[in-house]
Amino acid sequence: MRNTFIKTLVESARKDKDICLIIGDLGFGVVTPFMEEFPERFFNAGIAEQNMTSVAAGMAKEGKKVVTYSIGNFTTLRCLEQIRNDCAYHEVNVKIVSVGGGLAYGAHGMTHHATEDIAIMRAIPNVMVFAPGDPEEAKEVTKAMFAHEGTCYLRLGKGGEKRIHEEIKNFRIGKAIKIKEGNEIAIFSTGAILDEATGARQRLEEMGYCVAQYSFPTIKPIDSETILDCANKCNMIVSVEEHNILGGLGGAVAEVLAEHNTKAKLVRIGMPDTFSSVVGKQSYLREVYGLSAKKIVEKVLSKL
Amino acid sequence: MRKKLEDSEELAWRIRRDAIEMTYLSNGSHIASVLSVADIVAVLYAKIMNYDNTNPKLPTRDRIILSKGHAGAAIYAALAEEGFFNVEELKTHYADGSRLSGHVSHKGVPGIEISTGSLGHGLSIGAGMALVAKMDKQPYKVFVILGDGECDEGAVWESALFANQYQLGNLIAIIDHNKMQSLDFCENTMKLEPFEEKWKSFGWNTIRIDGHNHKELQKALEEAKQKKETPTVIIADTIKGKGISFMENQIVWHYRPPQGEDYTKAVEELEANKK
Repeated sequence: MRNTFIKTLVESARKDKDICLIIGDLGFGVVTPFMEEFPERFFNAGIAEQNMTSVAAGMAKEGKKVVTYSIGNFTTLRCLEQIRNDCAYHEVNVKIVSVGGGLAYGAHGMTHHATEDIAIMRAIPNVMVFAPGDPEEAKEVTKAMFAHEGTCYLRLGKGGEKRIHEEIKNFRIGKAIKIKEGNEIAIFSTGAILDEATGARQRLEEMGYCVAQYSFPTIKPIDSETILDCANKCNMIVSVEEHNILGGLGGAVAEVLAEHNTKAKLVRIGMPDTFSSVVGKQSYLREVYGLSAKKIVEKVLSKL
Repeated sequence: MRKKLEDSEELAWRIRRDAIEMTYLSNGSHIASVLSVADIVAVLYAKIMNYDNTNPKLPTRDRIILSKGHAGAAIYAALAEEGFFNVEELKTHYADGSRLSGHVSHKGVPGIEISTGSLGHGLSIGAGMALVAKMDKQPYKVFVILGDGECDEGAVWESALFANQYQLGNLIAIIDHNKMQSLDFCENTMKLEPFEEKWKSFGWNTIRIDGHNHKELQKALEEAKQKKETPTVIIADTIKGKGISFMENQIVWHYRPPQGEDYTKAVEELEANKK
């Protein structure tokens, strides 16, 4: 996913000379294509994310479209107030990119787990929040992000995510992507957990359930229309995210449902308001915290 | 371009007079910080900066960021006195529905580049603006006014490293070095000395002056403008509360609004010292 992002970034930068990249001393080998092709638009701010973010705001104020890039929580939580005051309040074209959303940096430990970023970024006015589910979504989101004027947050996976979509037609910011239609259970997911959500949907189908599946590459603005449509059709909506159960996709869906009378009940699946202190790779941690396809299915069956 | 005020001493006096009125009417804080920075702001607007008061977005204008946003009244007063908007509007400072918030706001205020108030942001934003000027060969300079207490913030030193690394000679920091911060003197809170040496060791050109002496301020700023690759910091030694004798070096005036007899005495003293 991150390589797709860089490839799309480079392609966008060829067409738009205002696009710049400023990194927080991370991205070894990954950012090289941009660095080599546009050395005059590439800056390493060192291990200093607060300055990186405010510099990006200052550059954007002068007309540039600036990508800040690092991993985990370093582009978000470490410099949150710089995002709030300098980027979002000034409505500038800073595109905040984080690699390794969720538990992608599994065994590296909790400092490297980005599991509250969606909730926190979603709470800041003027910030759009994106978490693509596969490389195709990453490509579309990246292009759309540059076309949009204003501050955006892009949460990427790490690398090697399975391609789920053959091709995405008519991608639109704020619109969920339909993977499958169904009228009993609807599974929503955001970010790279799409793979597990897809696995869960397939297992449930094998058991005879009619399951709808949607990926939400945009979390803010949330696609209320799709949520309400599914909630009127299905008996259960399941939100799946590699993120704290509070304030992320499940929270956003709950906010929509709480203000409407719909038929479906909501089952939120995410990190159960805890830090992961267990050591293990992403797949192992997903199993531990109930985010694997198998665990999603178990949870759904227990709530039917 | 509307007529602008080119006498910096006159502008500094008006900033102080306006600020006393603004904080009196609004019951606002930080009068001592405004009095401290008034001369720096006055020299910049009257003598140094290139701007057009009828076209605040003029592309070639010099940029200014008041990173110590709590002294917002100083910038609002300077902008009004220099013709960006009506001086009468200053009376709405802090008032319901006003565009002049306590800390500096850019929303709808002509001449304000950046909203500040949380300390330690301005120098980094200024570095970003200076970087673009360098990339695009734009002639403008970026002036950032910081407080000395503000230099407790780690982000200030992150930007100091950055400006040196990227050779931002068009970035000029002016530190209002009044030796006091929120609760006490800087040296009793977080020692800054040797302050100038710190900046020097970060690769900056340093100039130390009397921050109330307009000739020294003008000379230092003119010198800083000549730099091509080295960022400059002007450490301006100032007195917190400068110009109102009973406010000078008194920590309480970081917060206390001038009311009653204090207000009357402050106005009398300013009027008596009008040049």
